[in-house]
Amino acid sequence: MTLDQPKYKTTDEVDFVIIGSGAAGGILAKELSGNGFRVVVLEQGPYLTEKDFVHDEIKVLNQDLLTNHPELQPTTFRKTPQDKAKPQRALVYGRLVGGTSTHFTANFWRFHEIDFIERSKVGPIPGATLSDWPITYADLEPYYTKVEWEIGVSGLAGASPFDPPRSKPYPMPPLPVKSSGVIFERAARKMGWHPFPAPMAILSQPRPGRSACVNCGFCLGFGCEVGAKSSSLATAIRMAEKTGRCEIRPNSYVHRIELDANGRATGAVYFDAQRNVQRQKAKAVVVCANGAETPRLLLLSANKQFPEGLANSSGFVGKNLMLNSGGVTTAVFEEPLNDYKGFAVSRILHDFYELDPDKVGFHGGGGLDARFDMTPISFALGSLPPGTPRWGKAFKEGLSHNFTRTCEIFGHGTSLPVENNSFSLDPDLKDAWGLPALRLTYKDHPDDLKLSAWLNARSAELLDAAGAKKMWAPPVQEQQFAVHLLGTCRMGTDPKTSVINSDHQTHDVKNLFLCDGSSLVTSGRGQPTMTIEALAFRAADRITALAKLGDLPA
Amino acid sequence: MDNDLSRRGFLSQTLTGLSAAWMSAHWPAMLSAATHARQAAQSTALPKFEFFSSEQAAEIDAISARIIPTTDTPGAHEAGVIFFIDRALATFAKVDQKTYAAGLPELQARTHEMFPGTQKFSAASPEQQDQILQSLDAQSAAATGGRRSRRGAAAQSFFETVRVHTVMGFLIDPDSDKRGNLDAVGWKVIGREPEHMFQPPFGFYDKDYPGWQPNPPDAEKNKS
Repeated sequence: MTLDQPKYKTTDEVDFVIIGSGAAGGILAKELSGNGFRVVVLEQGPYLTEKDFVHDEIKVLNQDLLTNHPELQPTTFRKTPQDKAKPQRALVYGRLVGGTSTHFTANFWRFHEIDFIERSKVGPIPGATLSDWPITYADLEPYYTKVEWEIGVSGLAGASPFDPPRSKPYPMPPLPVKSSGVIFERAARKMGWHPFPAPMAILSQPRPGRSACVNCGFCLGFGCEVGAKSSSLATAIRMAEKTGRCEIRPNSYVHRIELDANGRATGAVYFDAQRNVQRQKAKAVVVCANGAETPRLLLLSANKQFPEGLANSSGFVGKNLMLNSGGVTTAVFEEPLNDYKGFAVSRILHDFYELDPDKVGFHGGGGLDARFDMTPISFALGSLPPGTPRWGKAFKEGLSHNFTRTCEIFGHGTSLPVENNSFSLDPDLKDAWGLPALRLTYKDHPDDLKLSAWLNARSAELLDAAGAKKMWAPPVQEQQFAVHLLGTCRMGTDPKTSVINSDHQTHDVKNLFLCDGSSLVTSGRGQPTMTIEALAFRAADRITALAKLGDLPA
Repeated sequence: MDNDLSRRGFLSQTLTGLSAAWMSAHWPAMLSAATHARQAAQSTALPKFEFFSSEQAAEIDAISARIIPTTDTPGAHEAGVIFFIDRALATFAKVDQKTYAAGLPELQARTHEMFPGTQKFSAASPEQQDQILQSLDAQSAAATGGRRSRRGAAAQSFFETVRVHTVMGFLIDPDSDKRGNLDAVGWKVIGREPEHMFQPPFGFYDKDYPGWQPNPPDAEKNKS
C-alpha cells in the first residue's frame, strides 16, 4: 500500500468502480487509472503483502490463508440440473488483493489462432454450445505482448513450431531447466515431439522492486515472498497505486450492483470489514470477480427489470462453464531430481494442440508439462506410489526415497462449453453474510473425458521413453471441483447467446463491463490466465475509447 | 540486538561463495530468509505442553514414533512431533481435541484387550504397538474409504487424525510458529535441504544439461 493512494468517499462518484483485484481487475485498475480516470477497486479479501507469504503449509493450504474459506463461503455441487445439490467444497480461488494470480502455477500460454475460430473450423459438436469469438488471435496479439513485457513473462520465442505468430520476443529468457524438464525434453524428442521451455509468469531476471525467482520451492498455492511471481499484486496493483488516482479497498465484499431509473448502473453495494453495508458510487462498473463470483454477483443483483439476474436477458449468465480437462501421471526415477527446488514447470509441449477428430475419435486438443508442484506435507499425504504403506518403516522409506525422485506430467486440455454446466445460486445454503451460496453444476462433455485419457496415454508413453522406474495415474473421472472458472458470461455479437460484446460491455446495461475468466468463449488448452490478462489490457483500451467518445454516462 | 546479530551473521555466512551480482539481484529474498532464520533461533528452548498431560503426551509420542519410526535416521520423536500436536490442539486444530480425548481411552482399552497385563500403549513393545495400531488403522481405513487428500482434509478417526498430525509435525516448515520438524530433521530425512532458496543445477538429470538446442527440423510437425 503506497502513500500515493487516494481515499475516495463512497459518496464521491468516481469514474470506475472495479470489483475484484485479480488477474483482470489489477490490469484494468492500472490501465484505467493510468489513462486519467478515478478508480476504486473493491476486493473481498484482505490486503496481504510479501511479508505475509510464509511457507507454512498448514496456514496457507489447510487454513486457506490466501483462498476462499469453505466455512465462510460454503458451496454445493451437483452433476445435472435435475439433481439436488449437496454441500461440498466446489471451487478454490484467491481471496485477497491480487486474486488467484498471487498463488497460481504461472503457466502463461497464449491461446492459438484455432481457439478463437474453432466452431467455424470444426462445425457443430453434439451436446456443446461451441461458438466463435467475436475477436481473433490477431486482435489480441498486441495485448499478449503487452502482458509479457509489462507484467513480466519469461520464455523463448520461436522454440515451439506450434506457436502462433508474435510481434516481439519475450522480455527475458526462460527460467532454468529442472531435472523434470530435462527428462521430459529428452524423452519427448525420442518420441518425435517438440518440447520447449515453458513460458512462465515468473521473473528469470530482476525488475525494479522485484527479485528474480530464488527457487524456494513453495510456489503453486503460495504467495511469492520476493515478488518474482508476476501476480497482479506484485505488478499491476502497485502500478495503479502509483498513478495517485486508484484506491484499492480490501475487505469489501460486493453483493449487489444497483441501477437507476434509466437502467444505468450507479455503483456497487458491499459489506465492509465490519459487515456494514456501503455503497460506492461510480459512473461505470467493471466486474472482474472471476468466473464464479462475477455471474453470482449478477444473479444476486436481480431486479424488476432483470428478474433473472442483471444483464441476463440471454439467460447465459453463469452457464457454459468450462473447467479445462486433463490428468496427472506421477513417476519415480532412479536418481534424485530434487524437483522440489524451484517453480513448478520448466518444459512443455504443444504437439497435441490441434488433434484430428477423425483420427482420435473426439474433439479437442491439449498440451503436456513436466513439473513437481508438491510441498513436503502434501507430498507425504498424497503422492507416494499406490500401495505404499501409510505409516511405519516402509512409509518412512517411501518418503525418503521418493520425495527427491518424483515428478509429474500434467495433461492440460479443452473443455467444451455445455449449457447446463454452470455456477448458480443455491436455493438453500447461505454464506456467513447471509447471501445465497455458489452452486456448481458440472458434467464433463464426453469428448473432454476421452481427451483426458488420451493425454494420459501420451504422458505414459513419454515416461516410458524416459526410463521411469514407476508411474501411475488416477483413472479419468468426471470433475466436481473447479479451479479454472471460464465462460460463464461469454463474449459474443448476438445478445441472445452471449452476455458481453467484444468491448466487454454487457449487452443489457451500457455502463456495466465484465472482464475475467467468465468472458472466455472457449477454454483454450488449459492455461487461461495469460488470455484473461490480454483481454483485460484490451478491455481497458476499449472502455477508455468509449469513455472518450462520450458513450459512457457522465 | 540478538536479532540483528543473528541476521547479520546469517547474511555474512550466506555471502560466502556468492557473487555480488547474484546477491544484489536477490537481496529481498536474503532478507526474507534472514527472518526465517531469526524465528528459528528464537524457538530453541524446549516447550511446555499446552493441551496434553505428560502421561497423555507419552502415549501420543509413542503412537507417532510408530507412524514415523526412528531408524538409522530420526523419526517423529526426534522431530518433536508431540510438541507440534500439543500446540495444534491448543490453537488451529481445537476441533480435533474431542478426537484425542475419546481416542486415548480407546487406545488404552485396545491395549488391555490385545495384551492383558500391559498398562499403557507406551509400555508395550514396538511389535505389540504396531499390532495395536494396525487394528485401529483397519477401522479408520474402513471409515474413510481410504481416501487421500492433497490438502490434508480433516481426518475423522483417532488413528488417522494422529497419522495426519504426525506427518504435518514431521514435515512442517521448521521456521513456522508451529513447533514441528525440530532442526529440520523431517526435511533432512526426506532429502529436502532446509534452505528457502536454491540455484541450479538442482538434481542429477539437469547437472550436465548442455543448454537449450532447437528442436530438429521436422516436416511432419502437424501429424497427430
